[in-house]
Amino acid sequence: MKIKYFDHAATTKLNEDVLKEMLPYLTEEYGNPSSIYSLGRSNKKAIEDAREKVAKVFNADAKEIYFTGSGSESDNTAIKGVAYANRKKGNHIITTKIEHPAVLDTCKSLEKDGFEVTYLNVDSEGLVDLEELKNAITDKTILITIMFANNEIGTIQPIEEIGKIAKQHKIYFHTDAVQAVGNIDIDVNKLNIDLLSLSAHKFYGPKGVGALYVRKTVRFNKFIDGGHQERNKRAGTENVAGIVGLSKAIEMAYEKLDENNRHLKELRDLYISEIEEKIPYVKLNGHREKRLPGNANISFKFIEGESLLLNLDIKGICASSGSACTSGSLDPSHVLLAIGLIHEVAHGSLRVTFGIENTKEDVIELITELEEIVNRLREMSPLYEDFVDGTYTM
Amino acid sequence: MYSKKVMDHYEHPRNVGQIVGADGVGKVGNPVCGDIMKIYLKIKDNVIVDVKFKTFGCGAAIATSSISTELVKGKTIEEALDITNKRVVDELDGLPPAKMHCSVLAEEAIKAAIADYYTKKGMSKEDIDKVCSLKNTVCVHSHDIGQE
Ligand SMILES: Cc1ncc(COP(=O)(O)O)c(C=O)c1O
Ligand code: FES
Repeated sequence: MKIKYFDHAATTKLNEDVLKEMLPYLTEEYGNPSSIYSLGRSNKKAIEDAREKVAKVFNADAKEIYFTGSGSESDNTAIKGVAYANRKKGNHIITTKIEHPAVLDTCKSLEKDGFEVTYLNVDSEGLVDLEELKNAITDKTILITIMFANNEIGTIQPIEEIGKIAKQHKIYFHTDAVQAVGNIDIDVNKLNIDLLSLSAHKFYGPKGVGALYVRKTVRFNKFIDGGHQERNKRAGTENVAGIVGLSKAIEMAYEKLDENNRHLKELRDLYISEIEEKIPYVKLNGHREKRLPGNANISFKFIEGESLLLNLDIKGICASSGSACTSGSLDPSHVLLAIGLIHEVAHGSLRVTFGIENTKEDVIELITELEEIVNRLREMSPLYEDFVDGTYTM
Repeated sequence: MYSKKVMDHYEHPRNVGQIVGADGVGKVGNPVCGDIMKIYLKIKDNVIVDVKFKTFGCGAAIATSSISTELVKGKTIEEALDITNKRVVDELDGLPPAKMHCSVLAEEAIKAAIADYYTKKGMSKEDIDKVCSLKNTVCVHSHDIGQE
């Protein structure tokens, strides 16, 4: 059975051209980048070339790019690195309720160590309120960390406005741009971003490699102690193949940004409009316009997400859900609860994230399968029965 | 993650639906993650002659509902009351640890349906509690369903 992959927010397939650039560094170019002889120097050069490429994408300087082991590591490094280096200035951090666990859990761990964190609310479409942000700022605030675009509902935050507010108050601004990079044009100077996290596997690069942009003027602490790699900020012999892959993938993503965006938006809009037309009792989660080009998150009322995913899996279709039954915890997704969904509606959420290899035919097939599965599951649903009987409203 | 048997019951659930004029109906909600199961029984001469279910929940919840209906069909009420969630899990060749709580739902739903049958027959609440050994979760939803 052919796999139909609609989970590009989870990860993407490594691009063939990216793999080709990586392969020499997994085979004959095996030198340590820190070594003095040519086999080492060529590796060092590969890393520095990669750094240039990544910097160029964000209108940054190569010295402002640090390679890491993942998007999660970039988030941890940025937040903890700034928090501990600026502790004398203050101990207050502002973030949102809908961040990725890589940010939320980092903030929680800082709270245990004497930092204070404000978790901003979002509205029903997932947007932060700029007034609430301004009101949260105190003279102890040292960092604002707000994600560029949400991984579940796709909502894109007003990053430029947030950057302006941060700059006015002389507070560092970090953004988790793991879902945005490769999808959105980002100029760190125009947007006043001081730190930015990204991860290669979200844009057809390899897994286990990320990067962190840090503006030159930002004070931040070393994250991994040891050797002097990454300008003495992150010890450890570099993942050269991964770094090369990341830089090739990001370069390719931005060369074709407009074209890819047009394609993804077409698939996304087709999916959303067809589902809304063909299947009753659905709810689009997230903002209708301010959303990632490939993201569609829809709740199918009266049914539960894991059983939906299993049914799709039987047909070879990959997607994801914010249902409690898939989370391994007791609650549905914190993002869906933050935008105000009741538990049952959050249970029925299905996140479909399109990628460049998806076609219109794929989308139509997905819609056809979904119509059938949703009908079947509703026939089995006691909630739907009660709804039809008029004893339950949602 | 799921056994072949779970997937089979998940893909081809037995006895889905409702029984109009059922002799006993049990509806339970699982406090752990807010899932809901409803079981309908048709009872003749103390024997469960027909059973149907509806479930809002994960694959494990659907599979346990399905196999439970198979286990009680044709059984006396006493036999049905003896079915534990452990038995249900064994019949499914096991469930992942994170999904064990879903199997409790089926056991409770059957008990709730039998309790409903006894109530309709005029049995007192105390007596029902004795035979069905209902836990407090029965017929009490984990959260207020339908409050926007
Ligand atoms: C918004 C966001 N931040 C951080 C991460 C973590 O990235 P990684 O998997 O590279 O650690 C992800 C990926 O799931 C994400 O979507
Ligand atoms: S019904 Fe929610 S985890 Fe099984």
